[in-house]
Amino acid sequence: MNSVGEGCTDLKREYDQCFNRWFAEKFLKGDRSGDPCTEMFKKYQHCVQKAIKEKDIPIDGVEFMGPNKDKPGG
Amino acid sequence: MHCHLVVNVALVVVCRKWTSCRNKCDSQRGICQGNKDNCFSFIGTMVKYFACAGLLKSPWDQVCAAFWQRYPNPYSNHVLTEDIIFREVTPGNCLISRRLLTKTNRAPRWMEKYLPVTMARHAYIIEDSIVDPQTRNMTTLTWNISHARLMSVEERCEYCINPDNASWTEIKREAWISSNLYGLSRAVQEFGLARFKTSVTKTMKGFEYVLAKMQGEAPLRTLTEQATDRARETALAAKEKAKDLASQAKKKQQFV
Repeated sequence: MNSVGEGCTDLKREYDQCFNRWFAEKFLKGDRSGDPCTEMFKKYQHCVQKAIKEKDIPIDGVEFMGPNKDKPGG
Repeated sequence: MHCHLVVNVALVVVCRKWTSCRNKCDSQRGICQGNKDNCFSFIGTMVKYFACAGLLKSPWDQVCAAFWQRYPNPYSNHVLTEDIIFREVTPGNCLISRRLLTKTNRAPRWMEKYLPVTMARHAYIIEDSIVDPQTRNMTTLTWNISHARLMSVEERCEYCINPDNASWTEIKREAWISSNLYGLSRAVQEFGLARFKTSVTKTMKGFEYVLAKMQGEAPLRTLTEQATDRARETALAAKEKAKDLASQAKKKQQFV
């Protein structure tokens, strides 16, 4: 899948591949031996956060699991 | 890169006692509508509420792994880009992530005349998630950050092990649809709910496709299959267009 930053797609794919493996083989199995994808994530984030700023995508200050407060049924 | 997220989550998220969507919906004030596929919607003046239970006949672990690999799939042509923009393992060993999605933003024609001509043809969506491998629970919250005044759709999903069959996964889905478009909010909400229901079907089919692929049931797609998928998408698009026209006619009667 493409990244929102045109130049970030390769970095994203590399990271995704590393993450998917770690997630299925380590994280879900309770293995806490450390995340091997940290460096790839940093590089990918550097690229994608720059793209988000350039495109003015309004993500700043949006609280985690944010907007669903005080809703009926919530 | 500095991240402005305020992280405020309970470290252990347990599947709440929710025996059926019906109970959930009945606790709302107002009219509760049920239909044959175990989905319920709540008709309010300010917000539409929708609850639905779904089932995936795959183990929870695989469903969670598929959750991160579900784009692209033959039912996700409306998803243009996908990025992880925040990710952390909490001290309680939960994985918290934020995904940013760009989706095409097709409004029905009757609605388009109320929208600015310059309005972007795509919408940004945020999807936050918490995966707790200890309790085998994944909770996601998805909402649009573009055009939110016009129509806001918030969706909350909980993925748990099915209590009757431990190798299946249950999805409890809730959605809140609201609009601040003066005089048209109810019509927009109805459109939003209809589109949301279509997208739930697509999401589930996409999930099933990705799960089958991961389990090696569909390793390579033949050209015939790809052509069938394209035909299906075209048919879906035509169907939606027809629905838009029908609803356009209906709204004209209603509002003029």
